[in-house]
Amino acid sequence: MINWANFISQCFNGLVLGALLALIASGLTIIYGTLGVLNLAHGAMFMLGGYAGFVAYSYTGSFIAAVVAGSLFVMIVGVIVERGIIRYFYKRPHEDQLLVTFGLGIVFVEAVRFFFGSLSKTVPPPSALVGITPLGFMFYPTYRLALLGIVVVALLTLYVVLYRTRIGMIVRAGIEDSVMVDALGIDVYKVFMLVFGIGAMAAGFAGIVNAPVVSIAPDVGEAILVQTFVVVVIGGVGSFPGAVLGGLIAGEIISITSMFNPGYSYVMLFVAMTLVLVLRPYGLLGTAGRE
Amino acid sequence: MSRTSRSGAMSRRKLLQAGAGLAGGALLPSTLATSAFAVGDHPALGTWPEGSQGDTVNIGAAVPRTGTYAVQGEDELKGWQLAVEHINNGDPLLKKIAPKVSNGLLGKKVNLVVADSAAKPNQAVQEEQTFINQNKIVLMTGSTSSAVAVALNKFAQREKVLYVTGISGSNDTTGKDCVRYGFRQNFYGETAANAIGPVLVKQFGKNRKAAFMTPDYTYGHTVTKSVNDYLSKNAGWTMVTNQVSPLGTQDFSQYLTNIANSGAEFLVNVNWGRDAVLSIQQAKQFGILPKMTLVVPYQIPFLAKETGPELTEGVYAATDFWWTLADKYPLAKMFVDAFYKKYNYRPEWGANNAYMSFAIWARMVSEAGSFYPPDVIKQYEKGETFSSTVGDVHFRKEDHQLVRPVVIVRGKKPSDMKDKEDYWEVLEVVPGEPLMQKPDAFGCNLGDYT
Repeated sequence: MINWANFISQCFNGLVLGALLALIASGLTIIYGTLGVLNLAHGAMFMLGGYAGFVAYSYTGSFIAAVVAGSLFVMIVGVIVERGIIRYFYKRPHEDQLLVTFGLGIVFVEAVRFFFGSLSKTVPPPSALVGITPLGFMFYPTYRLALLGIVVVALLTLYVVLYRTRIGMIVRAGIEDSVMVDALGIDVYKVFMLVFGIGAMAAGFAGIVNAPVVSIAPDVGEAILVQTFVVVVIGGVGSFPGAVLGGLIAGEIISITSMFNPGYSYVMLFVAMTLVLVLRPYGLLGTAGRE
Repeated sequence: MSRTSRSGAMSRRKLLQAGAGLAGGALLPSTLATSAFAVGDHPALGTWPEGSQGDTVNIGAAVPRTGTYAVQGEDELKGWQLAVEHINNGDPLLKKIAPKVSNGLLGKKVNLVVADSAAKPNQAVQEEQTFINQNKIVLMTGSTSSAVAVALNKFAQREKVLYVTGISGSNDTTGKDCVRYGFRQNFYGETAANAIGPVLVKQFGKNRKAAFMTPDYTYGHTVTKSVNDYLSKNAGWTMVTNQVSPLGTQDFSQYLTNIANSGAEFLVNVNWGRDAVLSIQQAKQFGILPKMTLVVPYQIPFLAKETGPELTEGVYAATDFWWTLADKYPLAKMFVDAFYKKYNYRPEWGANNAYMSFAIWARMVSEAGSFYPPDVIKQYEKGETFSSTVGDVHFRKEDHQLVRPVVIVRGKKPSDMKDKEDYWEVLEVVPGEPLMQKPDAFGCNLGDYT
């Protein structure tokens, strides 16, 4: 019954999708882990990255310029949003934080719709990555293969920043206990700004590198936000390795289930999330006590 | 401390609200009593007579302006707006369809109120409820998703307010979910299948293998079934796989992988709106296109514009209207010209359907000489033949479906396009009557007038 070529292909799909989800989720999870703010505008950041990249691409015709512009623009937006709005919400109840980030998301999406319309925009991949590559067991779009590599490099970079630099150490300490970091004389609010910028940039970067796969439209971040939350819950809130693991698990569940019946792929994803919540309420790699 | 005092304030406010509600309730019976005997012998029904007592009547549209069907929704909205304008100024085109309309309808101006449904049934119903309460609308429209159309059908029947569908391709809309208060202008799964089926068989022969892509709701399931039934029963085609995806899917790689491994020769894509654009673009990335032949049984407005004509070249599609029909039908020419003048692009079939459904409603109201819903419904049910932008048409009284032709088009080669909107070539205009199922074949039971 199982067609092995199809099975391996689907596992591969899951890997590509999972890596992308891992990248977006890691941005969301470090923001939540450090700042304690659940950023519902994260999907909009993903979308903004795509559009900023699209604009840069239309002017320069260079995919690399698009990627740089997409990530930097969203990082700047992230920093401005944190300085201008989010920091006034650190001490306010979680509901207020959810509402303000949710509202921001709507503002970003509608602003983009106002300027660009609803018709989808396409950012073509660099010419070297157009076409199909034979992998032996299947033919695979070359750009999707490249995407896997690009995302893995981005995740490794994030890992190095978080685990091999001083600033990363402070961020990780902030995730464990931001009050203590503050008490040690470190300006924790500057760190918060930086974390929000980096977290947003992860989403923006994902948005633009994904644009050649899924042409962009103002609503593109909505669906991805839901999946990203599931990834964070499965992996453990505030855990970077958890986001990566959760991303891969989610990607594989969606892909492998759809081999049998695509209608159930999201059902299975939520079943997995429920199981994790029952068996390990803090997520696979999460720890109790984080806020 | 602050928390307790806040909750104290809340309960005081609640008390005030409850008091206001009671006072309002006491006033209510007297207003009801005045409206109940307001006009003629009929008791009040739905928003009648309140909705048509002033010098303006309102129409409520719940149309997707965000989400998967946003692009198509905007086009529809423009069609409705143009129709309202034409009703109010007695445009010659509108008078060809509804001769008794003159600068408004029965002496009243028509006004369109609009809300974004995001193609979600619950949201659309809520918005129409608001329009009924606040604007006393005499007509509802909206959809671009048959899930919305079916929900608004039931809502219309319950509220006794007329509903004309926007784009709705499901067999159920005038099949098992039909209602007395709902009417559909456009083509649907069964007529699409019976129109495009013979063309495919003639072109590609018998015993072929097809992969289907189906959005997971009433539209997708019924269209896929109708197309597959036709091809398998009449020409021995086999459905080697049917990939069902939720509305709003972005990444189709899992579905496309299954299709790539299925051995299909044809990709019958029933996905719609942005789902269709993305699935077709990604099928190209996976090398499925042009290896397999793409068939679009239910045309998507702006598809060729969004994917680029390279991807729609040679693609067979069934549709409701294409602007080059202006060469064939005088009314189509008037419509395309008027639309182009106002909006600066050629209308897609969503805009045409929107325009026609309002124009037909205006015809029925003006012929009946009344906004009283049962009178208007009975006017539709007379089944009189009238002119449209695709020739003579009439309503079928048993299921409230317009009997109208289906247009078969084929995507043009980019080098053959005469201008930037010349994406499709009209191959055939297939007469509607023989394409339709028997009125009761899909379990239609219209329900009551009052």
